[in-house]
Amino acid sequence: MIPPAPVVLIDYGSGNLHSAGKALERAAREGGSGKSVLVTADPDVVRRADRIVLPGVGAYADCRRGLDAVPGMVEALTEAVMTRGQPFLGICVGLQLMATRGREHGDTAGLGWIEGEVVKIEPRDPTLKIPHMGWNSLDVARPHPILEGIPTGEDGLDAYFVHSYHLNAARADDVIATTSYGGTVTAMVGRDNLAGTQFHPEKSQRLGLALLANFLKWAP
Amino acid sequence: MLKVRVIPCLDVKDGRVVKGVKFVDLRDAGDPVEAAKAYDAAGADELCFLDITASVEARSTLIDVVSRTAEQCFMPLTVGGGVRTVEDIRALLNAGADKVSINTAAVNRRDFVREAAEKFGEQCIVVAIDAKKVSAEGEPDRWEIFTHGGRNRTGIDAIAYAKEVVALGAGEILLTSMDRDGTGEGFDLKLTRAISDAVKVPVIASGGVGTLDHLVDGIREGGASAVLAASIFHFGTFTIGAAKEALGAAGLPVRLHGGDIEEAGR
Repeated sequence: MIPPAPVVLIDYGSGNLHSAGKALERAAREGGSGKSVLVTADPDVVRRADRIVLPGVGAYADCRRGLDAVPGMVEALTEAVMTRGQPFLGICVGLQLMATRGREHGDTAGLGWIEGEVVKIEPRDPTLKIPHMGWNSLDVARPHPILEGIPTGEDGLDAYFVHSYHLNAARADDVIATTSYGGTVTAMVGRDNLAGTQFHPEKSQRLGLALLANFLKWAP
Repeated sequence: MLKVRVIPCLDVKDGRVVKGVKFVDLRDAGDPVEAAKAYDAAGADELCFLDITASVEARSTLIDVVSRTAEQCFMPLTVGGGVRTVEDIRALLNAGADKVSINTAAVNRRDFVREAAEKFGEQCIVVAIDAKKVSAEGEPDRWEIFTHGGRNRTGIDAIAYAKEVVALGAGEILLTSMDRDGTGEGFDLKLTRAISDAVKVPVIASGGVGTLDHLVDGIREGGASAVLAASIFHFGTFTIGAAKEALGAAGLPVRLHGGDIEEAGR
C-alpha cells in the first residue's frame, strides 16, 4: 500500500523549521486531519506532496538564493503548486517569495505567483518603530477557508508579526487580510490554491494553531 | 493595533530555572519547559530565557531546553546568555528560538552584530544593554555600558552604543538598568526614554519592576515597546493577566486573548 502523501515543509536553509514543523504536527493531531508532516530538501518529495509549506526568515535575497541553491527545488515547487494545484502556504518571507519581486537591498526576482512587489513598510507616524514587531489584529478583506472559525478584528485573536517589508499586491482581491501599523500592512494574501501569512502562525498561539489546522483541511 | 508586549524572563542555569517559579499546578518548578508552558497558558506575549551557565559544556543542555520548549509553546522565544559566535546563534535558532540576545560579545566586538544580522536577519538579533548612571548629581544625565553583571565599567556611552548597534543591524534593544535591577523601584524611565528616542527599533524595558504601575510607566513615560520582568511574575506577586489588565486600564493596547487560559477556565 502506498502511504498517503505527506505535508511538506521545505528546508532550504532558512526559517525556523523546528517550530513550524512542531506547530504543523500539533495542528494535524488536534485538528484531526491525521496528516504526516515531513521536513525535506528533496525536490522529488516536494513534487509528490499533499500540500506544501514554505517558511522563511531573514533577508529576501538570501532566502531566494537559498531556494535556488537546492537543485531542482523551484521547478518541483512550481510543478506541485502551479501545475498540479496542491495547497500552498508561505510564511513571512515564504509569503513574500510569491511576489513578482522583492526590493530589499536591491531588486530580487520572486516566484511571480502573486503580482506585486515586496517593499519596506513606511508608517505615517515616524515615531513608530521598525521592525513591526509583536501582536497585531487582522482585518479580513475577504473570508477565506484558512481563517474559518477564527475570531479576527480588534476584539478577536492577534497574530505575531516581525518584519520590515510587506507584499504590496497589484490586485486588491489577492489580499485576504491586512493589519494596521501607521497605515495598511498586508497580513495575508491568496488566490486559488495559494495562501500566505506575513505573520508567524507557528508563533501565534491559538490563532496560529487554528489557522494551520484549517490549512491542513483546505481543499481549494 | 499593535499591542504592547509583556515578557516574563527566566534565568536558566545548567538546564534548571534559578530562583524558583511559584505557580500553582506546576509539576516541577525548576524545569524551564514547565515554567514556559505556564506562561504560555497565561497569555505572555513572548518568553525570554537567560542562560547564566558558566561552563561551555552545559550549552547542549540549553539547546535541549529551547528545543523542548518550542515543541510545546507556540509563542515567540528569545534566548540570551553567553552568545558569542555565529554558530551559537545558528544552534539556538535551529532549536526553536526566534530571537537571540547578544550582550558582552557585542561590547567586545561590535562587528559581531553586523555579521549576525547579515546571516540571520535583523529581526532576530536583539542586543542586550546593561547600563548604569555615571553622571553625578546636578550634571546632565549620562549612562555607561557595564558588563559582568554590572561589575565592569566600560567607558562606553549607552546612547551612542545603542545607536551604533542598531546601525549595525540590531532589530531590538533589551535595555536593563543596573541601578534598578532587583530593587523593585521601577524602571529607570529617563534612561529608557533616552534610548527609545535615540533608535528606530523597539526597546524592551527591563530592571526594577515592583508594581504594575511601573509597567505602565515603562511604556508611557519610557517609550518602550515591551516590558520585561522576572521576579514579580515568578514569585506570583502578579499574574501576566493582572499586568495586562493594568496596562489596558491605563489606556495602552494589550492582547487579552490568545493563551490557553480561557479554555482552562481559570
